[in-house]
Amino acid sequence: MIASSVTTGYVGWLGLVASLALVAVAVAISMWQHLDLERSLVWASVRAIVQLLAVGAVLAFVLDPHVPLAVSWTWVVLMVGFAAETIRRRAPEVPSARPLALLALGVASAVSLALLFGLRIFPMNARTVVPLAGMVVGNSMTATVVAARRVVGELADKRAEVEARLALGQPSHEAARPYVRSALRTAMISQIESTKAVGLVFLPGAMTGLILAGEKPVQAVLVQAAVMFLILGAVATTATAMALGLARRLFTADHRLVALARPV
Amino acid sequence: MTAIFRLVDVHVRFGERVVLDGVDLEVAPGMATVLTGPSGSGKTTLLRLCNRLEVPTSGRVLFRGEDVATLDPLALRRRVGMVFQRPTLFAGTVRDNLLVARPDGDEEGRRAVLERVGLPPSLLASTGDTLSGGEAQRACLARTLLTDPEVLLMDEPTSSLDAAATGVLEDLTAELVAGGLTVLWVSHDLAQVRRIADERVVLLDGRIAGAERADEYLGR
Repeated sequence: MIASSVTTGYVGWLGLVASLALVAVAVAISMWQHLDLERSLVWASVRAIVQLLAVGAVLAFVLDPHVPLAVSWTWVVLMVGFAAETIRRRAPEVPSARPLALLALGVASAVSLALLFGLRIFPMNARTVVPLAGMVVGNSMTATVVAARRVVGELADKRAEVEARLALGQPSHEAARPYVRSALRTAMISQIESTKAVGLVFLPGAMTGLILAGEKPVQAVLVQAAVMFLILGAVATTATAMALGLARRLFTADHRLVALARPV
Repeated sequence: MTAIFRLVDVHVRFGERVVLDGVDLEVAPGMATVLTGPSGSGKTTLLRLCNRLEVPTSGRVLFRGEDVATLDPLALRRRVGMVFQRPTLFAGTVRDNLLVARPDGDEEGRRAVLERVGLPPSLLASTGDTLSGGEAQRACLARTLLTDPEVLLMDEPTSSLDAAATGVLEDLTAELVAGGLTVLWVSHDLAQVRRIADERVVLLDGRIAGAERADEYLGR
């Protein structure tokens, strides 16, 4: 028997090694279909193990009851910084992407975590702060990139319309509104669709993890529902903060649209 | 006669590219002045300086004697309307478009402005994609007229229109000028310049190469 427990999803070291058989299947498919992805598959798997082990080690330190909660919050700040840098790299044509992403993710993390802990949905401790902030930041990143790129793309594509609005004497925030709205809808729709499909099409990560760890399904569902709503709120807040901040940045104080690079 | 616009030693650079290079110009009120010249000579940029969609790198643009840099740009743009090269109708109906220009306007005013540009008021409920190019451009002109501008900036407004629609827009503009409006029109079509210009200003490589009244250049 490779796994250490039959009833829960506890995975031992041998179990982890055995799960590499699934990577071997992927490698075999790559070789069979001449996809030339073998090295990438192996590299991605090795990286994932190393990164997760490193994170696990840090988490073990952070979750130690003797370590102050400030360490968890420091980790959250670092996570937001790293996510902002990732957003900058994924949206190179977006001006001021990093500071705007820092602001958007910071606002979304602050608002959603304040609600979660303020309303006592989860207790505030080392075991909840880092994972929940991770959910907020990780899931908001994609929506933030989409919002930023769509705002720039819409305003570049519809430049003539935007300038026609400005030429009628509309202030820049009003002239940009229809295009910002369209970008925000695009950024948020995928999370809304995921929320609709949850349970029917897929079992999300938090719930799966809890069930595998032996938690009762009803409790797993309650945690998952709270997490989904957290993500939905965070995605909406981050995308909106990014889109509105960016729309301000793309106009001058005297209501002119700056030169824009089109997304590639 | 006091100039409605006066440009004083205006330079515009986009990065390394010099677009306007020391332009001095006076635009007389109540007339149609046409800016002409080859592509890239700076005509459109000069036009866009007048409603502050562009700003000069150096030099001054005066509107009725006041530096446009000191005026509220939104108020300036309602006094100096603009019609663009291609029709720029927004999503929605013609009525929705007119509401952008004048949110507090009434239905009677909207019908009247469509009639002023020769469009039937029944078009108020039509969406932009159902109009011909000429109708769409006239709807854009109607939208601009709703802000009661003192000046109309026309940036090659007939370049995407056929001859008949071009003629209609030119006649409309002539009527507006006869009614006291000042028009500053960009065109590279010499025949059009002859048809509509009370004064023509020729731009070459970002400099004024000549400015003369219709009686001067038509008389030759």
